[in-house]
Amino acid sequence: MNEFSLTCPVPLPAGDRIQLAHGGGGKLTNQLIDRVFLPAFSNPALEARHDGAVVTVGGARLAFTTDGYVVRPLIFPGGNIGDLAVNGTVNDLAMCGARPQYLSAAFILEEGLEMETLRTVVASMRKAAEAAGVELVTGDTKVVDRGSADRMFIVTAGVGAIECGRAIGPQAVEPGDAVIVSGDLGAHGIAVLSVREGLEFEAEIESDTAPLWAPVEALFAADVEVHCLRDLTRGGLASALNEIASARGVGIAIEELAIPVRPAVRAACELLGLDPLYVANEGRFVAFVPARDAGRAVDVLRAMLVTSGAAVAGRVTEAEPGTVVLESRIGGRRVVDMLSGEQLPRIC
Amino acid sequence: MCLAIPGRIVEIVEGSEAALRRGKVDFGGVRKDISLAFTPDAAIGNYVLVHAGFALNTVDEDEAQKIFKDLDTMAELEEASGEAP
Amino acid sequence: MKFLDEYRDRKAVDRVAGEIRKTVTRSWTIMEVCGGQTHTILKSGLEDLLPPQVTLVHGPGCPVCVTPLELIDKAVAIASRPGAILCSFGDMLRVPGSARSLFDAKAEGGDVRVVYSPLDAVKVARQNPAREVVFFAVGFETTAPGNAMAVWQAAREGLENFSILVAHVLVPPAIEAILSAPACRVQGFLAPGHVCAVVGFEQYEPIARRYHVPIVVTGFEPLDLLEGVRMTVAQLESGRAEVENQYSRAVTREGNRAAQKVVAEVFEVADRRWRGIGEIPGSGLRLREAYRRFDAEERFALAARGVVESPECISGLVLQGLKKPYECPAFGSKCTPERPLGAPMVSSEGACAAYYLYGRHRHERV
Repeated sequence: MNEFSLTCPVPLPAGDRIQLAHGGGGKLTNQLIDRVFLPAFSNPALEARHDGAVVTVGGARLAFTTDGYVVRPLIFPGGNIGDLAVNGTVNDLAMCGARPQYLSAAFILEEGLEMETLRTVVASMRKAAEAAGVELVTGDTKVVDRGSADRMFIVTAGVGAIECGRAIGPQAVEPGDAVIVSGDLGAHGIAVLSVREGLEFEAEIESDTAPLWAPVEALFAADVEVHCLRDLTRGGLASALNEIASARGVGIAIEELAIPVRPAVRAACELLGLDPLYVANEGRFVAFVPARDAGRAVDVLRAMLVTSGAAVAGRVTEAEPGTVVLESRIGGRRVVDMLSGEQLPRIC
Repeated sequence: MCLAIPGRIVEIVEGSEAALRRGKVDFGGVRKDISLAFTPDAAIGNYVLVHAGFALNTVDEDEAQKIFKDLDTMAELEEASGEAP
Repeated sequence: MKFLDEYRDRKAVDRVAGEIRKTVTRSWTIMEVCGGQTHTILKSGLEDLLPPQVTLVHGPGCPVCVTPLELIDKAVAIASRPGAILCSFGDMLRVPGSARSLFDAKAEGGDVRVVYSPLDAVKVARQNPAREVVFFAVGFETTAPGNAMAVWQAAREGLENFSILVAHVLVPPAIEAILSAPACRVQGFLAPGHVCAVVGFEQYEPIARRYHVPIVVTGFEPLDLLEGVRMTVAQLESGRAEVENQYSRAVTREGNRAAQKVVAEVFEVADRRWRGIGEIPGSGLRLREAYRRFDAEERFALAARGVVESPECISGLVLQGLKKPYECPAFGSKCTPERPLGAPMVSSEGACAAYYLYGRHRHERV
């Protein structure tokens, strides 16, 4: 009947422009870091590729971190860019085992931004800083031409003294370690999507943005042997686990039924064809602790409001190093890979 | 193709013609404004399958139960005959 | 979520898997046609529950994978025009054209917007009367009614700045094309449930008869897919070749007449090229004369460009189920989701990307 001409397109030429996917927190982001930034700035602290850098200044061990905030829309259910800017940097410090102490904030404002919006954001930052126990001690403001910035960008940096005696990070992770998620996934990403044009829907879903030093401090105080902490941001749990599995050369096995997702977030993901494992969070972290400490760690976390939904999601294995494998709710298995770009709503 | 999700109709807005019929559909706590152009007889409380902003069909709740009834019958028969599931 | 969670119940799934194991006596190859079904199979690791005698092959039911290269190029060309707004489902953004994808066009300054529904694109047109708004109308029969309604509404409102780039494909001709290929190994089909929710399943009856293959209309949840496999295996084991309906909670034999009516009003059947397969007569839709003014290809007078072919990508063989992705020499090396050689590596329902992302560990054990 038909003759099939088996055709195929020409491969894409090497990308010579930055794409949105480079900021997605997945494979392309990591490639950008590997190919552009690391070669230019190589040093041990940077190459550790943890959320923050651990440095020694005058004998004191400090954690030092920075982050840029570009969320759109600026204001979303449960918070605004200001909350993220404070909590995000506070959390990066906490993940290094450091008590967050001082922040800086640089504002890049688009000409024409409403003063009211700026005041709202700044007020949120003040509240968030108070709640997190940090002081904003220095800052900067720049204004750019209309059209050159999407209303407002904020860059924060933070510093704090390391309070954990042990070195925590991917290199301390061991096969057999329990993988604990601090609470339900995906609320932030879905809250933001719910007000994005073209995708609007009604849901009582608020961003989970929150400071996380208090639960981390509680784990240390309870003598839990914390091996690694990573806060879950863009790219979700899947990206964080993949990064750690790769960095340490271990496998990670997780169970779908053990991963907490609140019903409305799950429903929104079903509607848009998104996988909660890849949806952004702003007040959640994953902790790697020895199996014998897992029960105690979960109890300590569940006693605090921000981590009341903590659960053991899986464990570290020796099999399939560098790979994250999920056991589905029906008992089948699949690899949970790092996404190459942004997760997009689909109809297919 | 194609991602279609069941949701419950909670509100209906009749248009000036059938093609403009719209409704608010609840998907497990998430609500979206959906076209009901293809489900002119769907009523509040009905479940519809929604794809790309359109309700494609009303879910037949009796048919939906059939497989579970069959599976239950199967389990009962096995118990009765002493077979392992 | 009601009518969703019950079909993911472990006990029910195990029971049906057990029934399949009890019924099967020899090897069978079954194809699921729809990308959404492929997605569930791979995401839930469903194949782990099947007995080794049953092999599932993933058919060309992924509009991302089969949208012709020329149409992607035209979408990119439109997106690159100053003043134009190209609206699309998220699925299409990363698919490579001859040189660029819509994502690339966006990076270069094109106004490309992801929408959830074609009616959202009509809204964009209404809100931006001075700009040309084009909706990339891809999909199977499931999406055609919505796209038809978008055009109908635009016509009704007299919107002069709205048009659609039509890339609709139809399933039954594709199934026939697969069955008539000399090397066809597919012995049974799981027909796409949501396509059938719209068009019913009468069209499959002559195919089942002509080629003597069982065709079971199947849903998208793990329990649906296992039950669809069970019903297909039962037919194969007893030598039957009928059309059956597993997805009866959503599908009737005649389908949705209201939806069919709108599609027939706005579109007509046309020949269409399927990327990786070639031209299949009568396998696509185009706008009828009365609505031709909403056709973006005509409105923008986009010339057909020559397409450069490369022999390395075997997507055609994969889409027809004749080869598995990992049997392709470029799989995982020259061809990865970051640098795809062909469309099945771009979409996560595309057989190649799905194996790469989800199924690697299974293949390595094999």
